[in-house]
Amino acid sequence: MIVVRTPGGVSLRLHPRTLTVGVTCALLTLAVGVLALGSGDYPMSAADVLRTLVGDGTPAEEFIVHELRLPRLATAIAVGAALALAGAVFQTLVRNPLGSPDLLGFTQGAATGALVVIVVGGTSMMLSGAAAVSGFATGLLVYVIAWRRGVHGYRLVLAGIGVAAILTGINGWLLTRAPLMDAARAVLWLTGSLDGRGWIHALPVLIALALLGPAVLAGAGPALRLMEMGDDSANALGVPVERLRLALLGAAVLLVSLASAAAGPVNFVALTAPHLARRLTRAPGPNLLPSALLGALLLVVADQIAQRAVPGHQLPVGVVTGVIGGGYLIWLLAAERRAGRL
Amino acid sequence: MRSRIRGSAMTLAYERRTISRELTVDIPDQSFTVVIGPNACGKSTLLRALSRLLRPSAGAVLLDGADIHRRPAREIAKTLGLLPQSSIAPDGIGVAELVSRGRYPHQGLLRQWSREDEAVVAESMAATGVAELADRPVAELSGGQRQRVWLAMALAQQTPLLLLDEPTTYLDIAHQIEILDLCARLHEEEGRTLVAVLHDLNQAARYATHLIAMRDGQVVATGPPQTVVTAALVEEVFGLPCRVIDDPETGTPLVVPAARRRSPIGVTA
Repeated sequence: MIVVRTPGGVSLRLHPRTLTVGVTCALLTLAVGVLALGSGDYPMSAADVLRTLVGDGTPAEEFIVHELRLPRLATAIAVGAALALAGAVFQTLVRNPLGSPDLLGFTQGAATGALVVIVVGGTSMMLSGAAAVSGFATGLLVYVIAWRRGVHGYRLVLAGIGVAAILTGINGWLLTRAPLMDAARAVLWLTGSLDGRGWIHALPVLIALALLGPAVLAGAGPALRLMEMGDDSANALGVPVERLRLALLGAAVLLVSLASAAAGPVNFVALTAPHLARRLTRAPGPNLLPSALLGALLLVVADQIAQRAVPGHQLPVGVVTGVIGGGYLIWLLAAERRAGRL
Repeated sequence: MRSRIRGSAMTLAYERRTISRELTVDIPDQSFTVVIGPNACGKSTLLRALSRLLRPSAGAVLLDGADIHRRPAREIAKTLGLLPQSSIAPDGIGVAELVSRGRYPHQGLLRQWSREDEAVVAESMAATGVAELADRPVAELSGGQRQRVWLAMALAQQTPLLLLDEPTTYLDIAHQIEILDLCARLHEEEGRTLVAVLHDLNQAARYATHLIAMRDGQVVATGPPQTVVTAALVEEVFGLPCRVIDDPETGTPLVVPAARRRSPIGVTA
């Protein structure tokens, strides 16, 4: 632990390993990002990409980087960070390592809104809007169902699983009602994809991250750490537990809903990134910032794999994150069994 | 008698079950108050109300004269600490790290770890005898050690008032005495006001300076152990016929339950 103190009474505490993990993730994301901006039907060198980014490219390069490739990259970074941050918050709030938005029904809720638009017909703006609104509404619904003189972790999980089951049923029914073409589009959306994403997709998530990120990280991070020790302990230390939980749930559900609206319910990032971050930093606690940075890196890398794994054919990014996430979970089980903990 | 913390005409209830009505309790300053009573008499509920984990449906808990629910949680946490009945040690956390979380109400965004924080955490660990465990993971400790670590965290909060909800449950007799001795020392040497819920009447009589005896959600008797712990009161509160003698070690009241009356046919040769 490094402590920085100034004469003015300011004191900061830094965990060296966490710092290393965070900086490494950010640098790797930038590196893979430059690579992503340079690759495609019109390959560009890293130098060309950087030159274009600062505004010294040819008009063609400017168009390709700023209008075609950068929005997709920005969407990947924002969606990955938003999902991972929300996942870390959920896992801490429900005190359950499986407490991800996929399990708690929020992504299914977002999907319902999107499917209704796909079946009824509407623009992609309407689809994103519907996904965001219905995801957020689902969050509210789960909270209300779970509420009984305050919300406790396991009640939230059970309410979430119940709502998720109902919504999965409804989503299936909506799919069977859709014409074949729309159904194919719907399944692509449900898998999670970054194909053809523009600034219109990236911006809402980026704005939400810019507003909610600092509030969650700096405003609620330390208190969230205390909530891991149980409501009574956190209350005794001066954390207004119930109010904070509602605020954090709201923020996390909003992030998940907007992320799903932008890229579809991308699998497993919210579940995997916080676990991976904890393992890498070896620091107790929710590890919010490392989770967010790792989530961004995961999705950017997954998108590169999705574009290159099968030559001449792009996979939806959700397929890759599903395979990576599922594989990671199984590896985790195997590792824990070897360590004799499970 | 002055009381920084008191409960005034409180009705305490969970959902539809009312535990106490019109309950008024004063905690004398600088006392080691112990709340006793049979199971489900409302003693833990009283402690939850005093520590603002349970909001009274009528009446109020007053801290320095002001309603405890109308002041910022963080402000209260600088005056009133609590050792809950059960807490969860986060995965992989070390002893010093856990104890340092007790500093939360004194910290801020730009004041994350002052010299004072550091000194107080070190003192708290020394006072509870866990300094040499500082770098050990909490998960590896024994029950007695772990309880001392939680107590150290509560001490690091530096509150003049400290509430303890059954601090000796799950500990063997030696560790129970160890924790109570530690509490007595905190009370005597640092002048903290302690309020504890205890199950063991004899331990309560030995360590408390002030007893609150409860039954059916109401206070039956209050005062120093010598006046409260009598054969008549134990019979009334616990329904236990007994004799009360002087504790040969401390001179405090010692409850000796009456011998079981043997039925004649139960005796076989």
